[in-house]
Amino acid sequence: METLIGLLVAAPLLGAAVLLCGGRRLDRTGHWIGTALAAASFLLGAVLFADMLGREAEDRTLSQHVFSWIPVGGFQADVAFRLDQLSMTFVLLITGVGTLIHVYSIGYMEHDERRRRFFGYLNLFLAAMLLLVLADNYLLLYAGWEGVGLASYLLIGFWQHKPSAATAAKKAFIVNRVGDIGLSIAIMIMFTTFGTFAFSPVLESVGGTSEGTATAIGLMLLLAACGKSAQVPLQSWLGDAMEGPTPVSALIHAATMVTAGVYLIVRSGAIFDAAPAAQTAVVTVGAVTLLFGAIVGCAKDDIKKALAGSTMSQIGYMVLAAGLGPIGYAFAIMHLVTHGFFKAGLFLGAGSVMHGMNDEVDMRRYGGLRKYMPITFATFGLGYLAIIGFPGLSGFFSKDKIIEAAFAKGGTEGWILGGAALLGAAITAFYMTRVMLMTFFGEERWRNAPTPSPKEPSVEPAAETGGEYEVPHPHESPKSMTVPMIVLAFGSVFAGGLFSWGEAFVHWLEPVVPFEHGHPPVSALTVTAATVVALLIGVGAAWLQYGRKPVPALAPRGSLLTRAARRDLLQDDFNHVVLVKPGEYLTRGLVYLDHKVVDGAVNGTAAAVGGLSGRSRRIQNGYARSYAVSMLGGAAVLVAATLLMRAV
Amino acid sequence: MSFPLLTAVAALPAIGAVATAAVPAARRTAAKWLALAVSLATLVLAAVVAFRFDPGGDRYQLTESHTWIADFGVRYELGVDGIGVALIALTALLIPFVVLAGWHDADPVEEEAAPGRRWRPTQGFFALILAVEAMVVISFAATDVFLFYVFFEAMLIPMYFLIGGFGDRAGARDEAEAAKQRSYAAVKFLLYNLAGGLIMLAAVIGLYAVTADQLGEGTFSLRAIVEARASGELTMAQNTERLLFLGFFLAFAVKAPLWPLHTWLPNAMGESTAPVAVLITAVVDKVGTFAMLRFCLGLFPEASAWATPVVLVLALVSIIYGALLAIGQRDIKRLIAYASISHFGFIILGIFAMTSQGQGGATLYMVNHGISTAALMLVAGFLISRRGSRLIADYGGVQKVAPVLAGTFLIGGLATLSLPGLAPFVSEFLVLVGTFTRYPAAGIVATFGIVLAALYVLVLYQRTMTGPVRPEVERMPDLRKRELAVVAPLIALLVLLGVFPKPLTDIVNPAVEHTLSDVQKTDPDPEVEAAK
Amino acid sequence: MNPVNYLYLAALLFTIGASGVLLRRNAIVVFMSVELMLNAANLALVAFSRLHGNLDGQIIAFFTMVVAAAEVVVGLAIIVTIFRSRHSASVDDASLMKL
Repeated sequence: METLIGLLVAAPLLGAAVLLCGGRRLDRTGHWIGTALAAASFLLGAVLFADMLGREAEDRTLSQHVFSWIPVGGFQADVAFRLDQLSMTFVLLITGVGTLIHVYSIGYMEHDERRRRFFGYLNLFLAAMLLLVLADNYLLLYAGWEGVGLASYLLIGFWQHKPSAATAAKKAFIVNRVGDIGLSIAIMIMFTTFGTFAFSPVLESVGGTSEGTATAIGLMLLLAACGKSAQVPLQSWLGDAMEGPTPVSALIHAATMVTAGVYLIVRSGAIFDAAPAAQTAVVTVGAVTLLFGAIVGCAKDDIKKALAGSTMSQIGYMVLAAGLGPIGYAFAIMHLVTHGFFKAGLFLGAGSVMHGMNDEVDMRRYGGLRKYMPITFATFGLGYLAIIGFPGLSGFFSKDKIIEAAFAKGGTEGWILGGAALLGAAITAFYMTRVMLMTFFGEERWRNAPTPSPKEPSVEPAAETGGEYEVPHPHESPKSMTVPMIVLAFGSVFAGGLFSWGEAFVHWLEPVVPFEHGHPPVSALTVTAATVVALLIGVGAAWLQYGRKPVPALAPRGSLLTRAARRDLLQDDFNHVVLVKPGEYLTRGLVYLDHKVVDGAVNGTAAAVGGLSGRSRRIQNGYARSYAVSMLGGAAVLVAATLLMRAV
Repeated sequence: MSFPLLTAVAALPAIGAVATAAVPAARRTAAKWLALAVSLATLVLAAVVAFRFDPGGDRYQLTESHTWIADFGVRYELGVDGIGVALIALTALLIPFVVLAGWHDADPVEEEAAPGRRWRPTQGFFALILAVEAMVVISFAATDVFLFYVFFEAMLIPMYFLIGGFGDRAGARDEAEAAKQRSYAAVKFLLYNLAGGLIMLAAVIGLYAVTADQLGEGTFSLRAIVEARASGELTMAQNTERLLFLGFFLAFAVKAPLWPLHTWLPNAMGESTAPVAVLITAVVDKVGTFAMLRFCLGLFPEASAWATPVVLVLALVSIIYGALLAIGQRDIKRLIAYASISHFGFIILGIFAMTSQGQGGATLYMVNHGISTAALMLVAGFLISRRGSRLIADYGGVQKVAPVLAGTFLIGGLATLSLPGLAPFVSEFLVLVGTFTRYPAAGIVATFGIVLAALYVLVLYQRTMTGPVRPEVERMPDLRKRELAVVAPLIALLVLLGVFPKPLTDIVNPAVEHTLSDVQKTDPDPEVEAAK
Repeated sequence: MNPVNYLYLAALLFTIGASGVLLRRNAIVVFMSVELMLNAANLALVAFSRLHGNLDGQIIAFFTMVVAAAEVVVGLAIIVTIFRSRHSASVDDASLMKL
């Protein structure tokens, strides 16, 4: 069984290699190869899962040592895998959702001439992500970590001819690299402290080191998680990442890659347990991001960017839960899985809408689409109910548990965190209802030609087709696209209930992920009731704003907060002023200095020598007699010197 | 007396150089094939060296020793440790690609237009490349300081002609301007390196004086001196040792190059053709870092420890400064040159961190940087030769018209920014870890280099390859077969050494242990004994 | 007679030759002055040889003569060539040695 673990990674990796090196002759079959290998990986995962279920909870962990990767002195990095309940959960989520999205992409990318390459990149992503969750040491995890970053870079910038896509891809990679510094430094501290960076020895011996070291490692891991999971302050790339094709947004920027940070924190739980200060930092980041993302999500008119804000916010929930320690780890992962289902479903739904609407993304140009796209409407609706936490659906179970755990943190901290989580739930309900109403209900705003947008740079101008406005003909998407949506909708509806049945999910993870029951200061029922009230308030407010009144086809100017939220709460402006501009000046200044000062000193020396030679050249006037004089003078000096030396 | 294998590795390209130069003017193509064949044969010999080398055996193997100048104790002494083997293999590996990539670089521009203006340029070009190879190999194999010095300096002559005589035709507006820039670059290269070399010569003589004074008989033999130092027979006064160290180190720091002695590199790499630029940065400059490891640390352990803080700071400045300047460049080749300066900073950082990870990483870094820069630079050269411009702003949207070229360029770039899975990651991470265990602050500062690397590589890729297709590049052909034959093996090697670097680390590790014992350092122990 | 007097004579001859080289412009005269200096040196060598009682000085003097003869051949040839091309034997006219 152990030997199969490597194959999980190898299958999609092979796919990537074949598709990317295969050349044009694979154009016709490439998407099938890619999908087949993703599915093969999923089947392998299922086999391993069945095998795992067949064993006792304690010895479900499998490990496979493939080869020694970097052996230098005490530094021993191995390519070795570890498959336990936590990584199993991820394997199934990644390969399952991954396969569905491969299937979906067959239809979605049908008319793209570079479809083969797209599938190659998707396979590359799967391989890297599986490596990330299967690695049994931090360095190999880092390899997967950067690998998914690369796949994300390639896929965001898939339509490279669009400058905006290329810029967004570059931004994503670079912001992620800033986070990667954290992971590198964390590994270096681990190696310096423990002499190793494999999971089990490090996590088991954390107790032997000082709290300061543990805090340092924890904070560095948090920095890494912030980069990959788009948490404040490294969140700015996620919104722009929506430049990529929609299946990419669904798979990478909603369901899997962005949750890697949560995985990292949960996996390194022992370190955070030993470092309360780092935990506080984690919950703070989670709470701030969940509100930040939610607020941004409220203001966006671009359907994908609204969903991106939502992703950020939901991951904020997970990070918050992961920062709570053993009372929250399992719920972080549970929310991660349910979120994987419904958010992927929502993104695929958004893609399906765009597919039928000539790639229009502005929700103000949608409206009343439920008649034209019944399946999309139904699946998107179920995803919507799941994400806002409608009682009985997936999101309800997982989110409610996180809110409870937040309250259970205890003390003022608990009230603040719980309050933030509740507020977040209300805002989630608001913005998701807004998306729902603007897209599927109300007038059919797309029938009229768009009026040129006024000067509001943050609002994406509607697709200007040049001459005549072409009225779109909304239609349902092909089977290859709707089937995955239906499957994901099932997950969105039932997964949560299934997981919570007798705390099945928590107990499944327990040997790897420690679990404790949290004790909220008020009864669990009260928290649930408060959650439902928050949800109703959010939905109600959205209905008052977007359901009862017609939605203007042009964005109103809006309040100061709205305008700021449209600009992602000024995050880019902040980065621009604080980092980009000074950086540019610094670079330009250095280029100037290098030329003028460093090189100038050298050229100056050369010029000085040259000048001196020019002067001394004048002595050489060409007259033989003057040379003779100097010779005679020289001889005289020599003789004099000799005599003088004698005399002394 | 066994077959002098190391001499053969150096002699083969030397003879090849003479033979290539002697090919008649009309038989240009024959000269090219001859050069390629010689470089391939050298590669085979180098492979034999690598296989004959036993990592578990003596420190120096395949040794040869003959008297050269008896009066001054100069000997023709060769021998390789793991580090030398790795670098000889790198050199022998890269030269065939350099030859193949430069296939048309030295074709006479208009044979009728300028009769007799250049004496058989093609033959000269390839002969000079082979001559450089021979000298570099000797430098890597020499265990006699004087012998090393002679070839370390002699290398400048063919390099001078390669830079000055076969410049990049894509740079300037007209030929006269280009020639001026070229000769400026070549003279700058020569003067910088000569200045460093002369200081080293003084130190070499000083070293001889010290040994003559104390051992009774002067010697240049590295092994003899290191042994005498270890046994206490030879002791150097503190100031003498420091001065001699500085003399050696300056020469190597110019060659490496270390900030602030770096300004010759962007000029030299910018003005020369891409294969020559590869020769400079991937092969010749490696002699500098190699010599730091072998001669500075081996001959002057105490002075090395004394200089470490300053060297580390300079290395860190190089890393950050080179990267920032790379971001600010408008010329593709100069950008790569500044990126190399940043990478040399990493190598020197690793060497002077004095840990097995740092030095092992630095050695791997030399090899990996050679391959990755070769890949990136040669593809950049192919790109430049198509459009006739080195300016980044003259490109855009190339990936649409030449996807393979863009793809290989991206892989070269990703290797430069040390993406895991590609070889440079292994070495860069080792250097970082090795530095961090002894000097945490330096390790953290150096880590910022990886973000800056991402910036300069991706900005370069974005500006040249993505976006709407510029009209000037619309008809750009994709990589030809010859070009693909250059790039594909390099990329395969990058992947191979990134995924499975063990064969290389196995060879390098024992050598690094020896070097560390020369300077009497051991790796710091972990704070906590980890549970197993 | 005291051999030291020969040395005085040599010094005198040398001074005459040197001032001739420095002051005269005609190449032939300069040339002859150079010869005078050479012979002064020869005289000194022979005198020293006599003083010290060994033959080293005389041998060197022979060498000098041979070299001087060779020099005369080359030097006169150059002067004649310059005279042919410039119709002048003035050393100040031939200032081509400067860069």
